[in-house]
Amino acid sequence: MELELLTTTLARALAFGTPLLLAALGEIVAERAGVVNLGVEGMMMLGAVAGFVVAATTGSLPLAILAAVLIGALVASLHAVIAVVLLANQFISGLALTVGGVGLANLIGKAWVGKPLAAPMALVDVPLLADVPLLGPAFFKGQYPLTYAALIIAGVIWLVLFRTRLGLTLRTAGESPAAADTAGIDVRLVRFLAVVFGGGLAGLGGAYLALAYRPAWGENISNGMGWIALGLTILALWHPLKAVPAALLFGAFFTLSFRLQNVLPPELLTLLPYLVTVLALTLIAWRGGRGAVGAPEALGTPYRRGERE
Amino acid sequence: MRIRWVKRSSTPPLLPLLVSGGSFLLALGAALVAFAAYGLNPFEAGATVIERTLIGTRNLGEVVRRTIPLLLAGAGLVLALRARFWNIGAEGQILAGAVAASGVALFVPSLGAFTIPAIYLAGFVGAALYGLIPAFLKARLGVNEIITTLMFNYVALYVVRWLINGPWRGKSVTGFSYSDRFARETYLPMVDGTRVHIPTLVIGIVLAVGVSLLLRYTRLGFSIRLMGEAPAAARYAGVRLLPTTLALAALAAGAAGLAGAGEVAGIHHRLIEPSSISMGYGYTAILVALLARGRAWATLITAPLLGWVLAAGDVMKVSLQLPFQLTDVFTGFTLLLLVAAEPLLTHRPVLVRPQPQPAAAHSAVAPSAEERREGA
Repeated sequence: MELELLTTTLARALAFGTPLLLAALGEIVAERAGVVNLGVEGMMMLGAVAGFVVAATTGSLPLAILAAVLIGALVASLHAVIAVVLLANQFISGLALTVGGVGLANLIGKAWVGKPLAAPMALVDVPLLADVPLLGPAFFKGQYPLTYAALIIAGVIWLVLFRTRLGLTLRTAGESPAAADTAGIDVRLVRFLAVVFGGGLAGLGGAYLALAYRPAWGENISNGMGWIALGLTILALWHPLKAVPAALLFGAFFTLSFRLQNVLPPELLTLLPYLVTVLALTLIAWRGGRGAVGAPEALGTPYRRGERE
Repeated sequence: MRIRWVKRSSTPPLLPLLVSGGSFLLALGAALVAFAAYGLNPFEAGATVIERTLIGTRNLGEVVRRTIPLLLAGAGLVLALRARFWNIGAEGQILAGAVAASGVALFVPSLGAFTIPAIYLAGFVGAALYGLIPAFLKARLGVNEIITTLMFNYVALYVVRWLINGPWRGKSVTGFSYSDRFARETYLPMVDGTRVHIPTLVIGIVLAVGVSLLLRYTRLGFSIRLMGEAPAAARYAGVRLLPTTLALAALAAGAAGLAGAGEVAGIHHRLIEPSSISMGYGYTAILVALLARGRAWATLITAPLLGWVLAAGDVMKVSLQLPFQLTDVFTGFTLLLLVAAEPLLTHRPVLVRPQPQPAAAHSAVAPSAEERREGA
């Protein structure tokens, strides 16, 4: 009985944590390459609206997912141009994308408010794994395909980042761009692509909300999840595999806030995940002492090649 | 022929103004295109917007009404941005100020002539305390202030919702979620026929000028500028990170809190739904501060400019039946243009002709003073 409660809570936490995980994984890749993108919330919202509109008009989920990923990547490329090519302030650029992106998504979505998707994504079980005791019902049973995809993507990103040459290139661009440059790596290209990839994953996170989790359009559908994902990136210490339990933790807080409805007023429960984000970041910083913990060395610093005569 | 970016030895004095103004005008042009996209004649729609925002006391009053919180929060944010303290939390700090001010208005017995000052004081202190938490976490532990201040916006939003649905819900209120009406003596004096609360406007103007003077002439101002421009030098100069960060964060948040106090005591006379207290003022104020380019007095220009944009958003919604979200898109677009044009301030583009032989090139084009400095 209590075991069942545990597995269902974990399963709900995973379902709720999926969009956070996807967006955080994208941000991890971008930040590992040295670029902060504060536009996550905007990219998620635009991905969500793009996915929703395409799904509602064509009825095709694959097309909808593709649209969400492409829109996320497109918006991120705007950020990449400003932050990586023009070397302008990446914090303001990301902020602008969030303000404008959320506005634009709500603008486009206005016509679709209150119209649920006719054929949303279906829940599926993973064959074999679903029957494993405990782990099966918690993680591999009755989730949306995008949730399983998110777990796989986390593994793939880890593999690429830490076990391939490409990953080494990317991390060097974020740790020591000057050294990367000397080694013949095109730092700007690497950073550009990392940001665009991150945007695609944020768009995918948005698609999950609009096509599977809700699945209807609502104003401010992501409601700050993009920002929580940014916090998650730090909490996961920029590590794709650690992002999974971190996302589960936040998912659990969202889930618990539904369960505790008799104990606390709903408004106070809703603010819990935001407060927990602050507490978690504080705890991480406190335990690691002063300064950022494990952040890529050149995070947020534009790289300008030494001007040659 | 290609473009090379050459570092400027100094920024021409009028260039920041030109970049800010140019970004704003370009975004306005885009707004006209948006009108056309919605099937309206852009010039007729533009004329309607101008008429309904700028002609007549009532219409102008709406612009000023929105200017007030933008001016207060924006001038405070200039302080934060000058120190590179990325306070994105003005929205939550406005709400914190509104809550504290409402607390005094609702529960403190009459203070006579001191009632209104007490309300402002509560707004300032409440928001300053709220703003101190992320500042302390940043200065002491290095916790990213962008994320914490943003999270605190959501926390403030839900706390206000909780208050108006729960403990502070009005006893005489049925069906709606807001507090009881404040006592008459808490009402701020207004400009007749408008929603312009005079004392808050005056405080805003004084604050904008005051922050300018503080940055220029005081020790704290010097510390703040040094922290932002050269953190390493600031350490050598003996600037203490923690007290300076706390001071500037408290001032910036307190200014936003004054705006929140003004909104509840001047306009609503109750604590109401958070999205009605601050319709995104805290976020728009970031643009006010950025457009002002680190000069607090310049918010006296940029705040009315964006106050007008917000009032125009209202006109678009009411008179032109356009979705109000257009103003968010406008704000985002202006920000984007502004930041994309930023490199122009530190670097200037130079057309470089293809040069077959380096030696010949040198004799043909003498390097400019800056370029020689660059090469050295």
